[in-house]
Amino acid sequence: MNWINKLVRPKISRILRKREMPDNLWVKCPETGQMIYFKDLQANQFVVPSSNYHMRMDSAARLKALFDEGEYESIEFPEVSPDPLKFRDERRYTERLKDARSKTGMQDALLAGRGLLDGLGIVAAVQDFRFLGGSLGRAAGDAVITAMRAAVDDKVPFILFAASGGARMQEGILSLMQMPRTTIAVQELAEAHLPYIVVFTNPTTGGVTASYAMLGDVHIAEPGALIGFAGPRVIEQTIREKLPLNFQRSEYLLEHGMIDMVVHRHELRGTLSRLCRMMMNEPMGDRPSIEAVETPSVQIDGDDAGAPPPHTQITEANNVGHGDDDGAHDLPADAERDDSGERFRVPPETD
Amino acid sequence: MRTYLDFEKSIAELESKVEELRSLETNGNAVSVADEIAALQVKARKALKETYAKLTPWQKTQVARHPDRPHSIDYVESLFEEFTPLAGDRCFAEDHAIIGGLARFRGRPVVVIGQEKGTDTQSRIVHNFGMARPEGYRKAIRLMTMAEKFQLPVVTFVDTPGAYPGVGAEERGQAEAIARSIERCMSLSVPIIAIVIGEGGSGGAIAIASANSVLMLEHAIYSVASPEAAASILWRDSNRAKDAATNMKITAKDLDELGVLDIIVEEPVGGAHRDRDAALQSIGDQLARTLESFEGQSAQEIRRHRRDKFLEMGVAQ
Repeated sequence: MNWINKLVRPKISRILRKREMPDNLWVKCPETGQMIYFKDLQANQFVVPSSNYHMRMDSAARLKALFDEGEYESIEFPEVSPDPLKFRDERRYTERLKDARSKTGMQDALLAGRGLLDGLGIVAAVQDFRFLGGSLGRAAGDAVITAMRAAVDDKVPFILFAASGGARMQEGILSLMQMPRTTIAVQELAEAHLPYIVVFTNPTTGGVTASYAMLGDVHIAEPGALIGFAGPRVIEQTIREKLPLNFQRSEYLLEHGMIDMVVHRHELRGTLSRLCRMMMNEPMGDRPSIEAVETPSVQIDGDDAGAPPPHTQITEANNVGHGDDDGAHDLPADAERDDSGERFRVPPETD
Repeated sequence: MRTYLDFEKSIAELESKVEELRSLETNGNAVSVADEIAALQVKARKALKETYAKLTPWQKTQVARHPDRPHSIDYVESLFEEFTPLAGDRCFAEDHAIIGGLARFRGRPVVVIGQEKGTDTQSRIVHNFGMARPEGYRKAIRLMTMAEKFQLPVVTFVDTPGAYPGVGAEERGQAEAIARSIERCMSLSVPIIAIVIGEGGSGGAIAIASANSVLMLEHAIYSVASPEAAASILWRDSNRAKDAATNMKITAKDLDELGVLDIIVEEPVGGAHRDRDAALQSIGDQLARTLESFEGQSAQEIRRHRRDKFLEMGVAQ
């Protein structure tokens, strides 16, 4: 009977599964249009192997990829009351929040954990663009502060993976107030002489860039990430000219002195470890300073756990400009520009 | 000629009638006109008072942007003596969207910084409609650092639709400049008082408004994004600015309830532009009281006060 369990059952279940999620198995590279098998992409840390396009990575995957053996202790955040303004546009803000929570399994747009990086204790926080465009509201602001303070308590470096469309409109002025609030925590890190390293991922714009994200000791960006204050559409509308090639992309910011380096996702761990160790006056780590890139394991017959959950990064390729939850922050349309190719209406004014 | 806003139509009619009668009067007509003028004036004033007592957020937005509303330059020139403007960020350029320098406020030296929108086409272009580029914020940072060095309080006037969104501004690090400006505000060992006099627009405003005390004029607005920008984000339609203004809680009263403000400064009936002197005077008096409240406080206390204030902000809501 063993062969039935081993062979027939998985096959049956695979056939059934295929019917359920035909959309999610293949992902299109936003740059080249090439189709990639999801698991290949996952195994390659969501970097498209042929084009090196860095797709978005959700916050849990990011933390797992960062810490030694993928192990970390989650940091709990204070709860905030959900809707201070009783806001509604086309839908109630509370409903949007509820949707975002069930879609992502997250409480708000940020996850953080403490653990080891190459043997050195660190605290890392990751902003998740899937959650209302990674927008900065009170919950995320409090989360940033809590996570930074955890690093201060532990006397360890703090690493931020930034991703955000900007302030969360639905929380009005209280979302703007997160800019000075989070800055206080950055200062506490500085006063404790602890490293604060920012990794800019695609996209980071608006109030997040204009506060804690731009205050790091070292600024790293993933290749091709959109980083800026105002979104490209707003600027195009204001100056009524075509924007320069690569405008507001990582490489452009590097050239203009806003970031220290553009680092491939596969080399992030090594770079972060090296920097943290030097800043903490620790001896060299065990691992080579630049890690060998793992070749993606093509395991088409892998187990069920490899199947993407219904809400993975695939939005990037499949859900072109769905516009459902991205109306939350400063500059969503612009942030989505290159990924979706869709042209949105542009704010006539400044951010 | 007074500029009337669209919701001031009935007031405009009454006041133009008064003007008409006045011109008759000067032409040497009957005495009875004086009574009529007085009656009309009472009526006009009543209409004005009633209208301004219940302005909607969108109407307040219009008042906050009223072309005759006193701007930073007006406050600086009338409330301060020996204003000595200082220019440049020492890196790239002088940005006229942010004015600033050393001045005396009722005798005591202070550093004053203000966003200036300009008053006519030419000056609006010079001041870039109050939309600063990175140089403006870096100049503000420089001036705050000077205030720190000489232990002078900082007074800022906030009046901007937002930071300027342009290629050059992005290239030279608009986000970084704002972030550093906020950081500079938050680390000052001297008190910083921000006064929102017109439009407090987004990151461009908070860059110089991360203050120990935030004062706001009754009909000013202060928001995470201008109503137009918010509307285009929320509805993808900037024409719905009115809806955005209504929903986003941008008036002084709303912001006070959200715990963001320290003091609302009342405006003369019909708005600051109707009686500029009165508006300037009440800002001056309130500023004096606020500055006094920080007297004798140590650097540590002042910093602590500012941090605690922002950390507590919004927690109760």
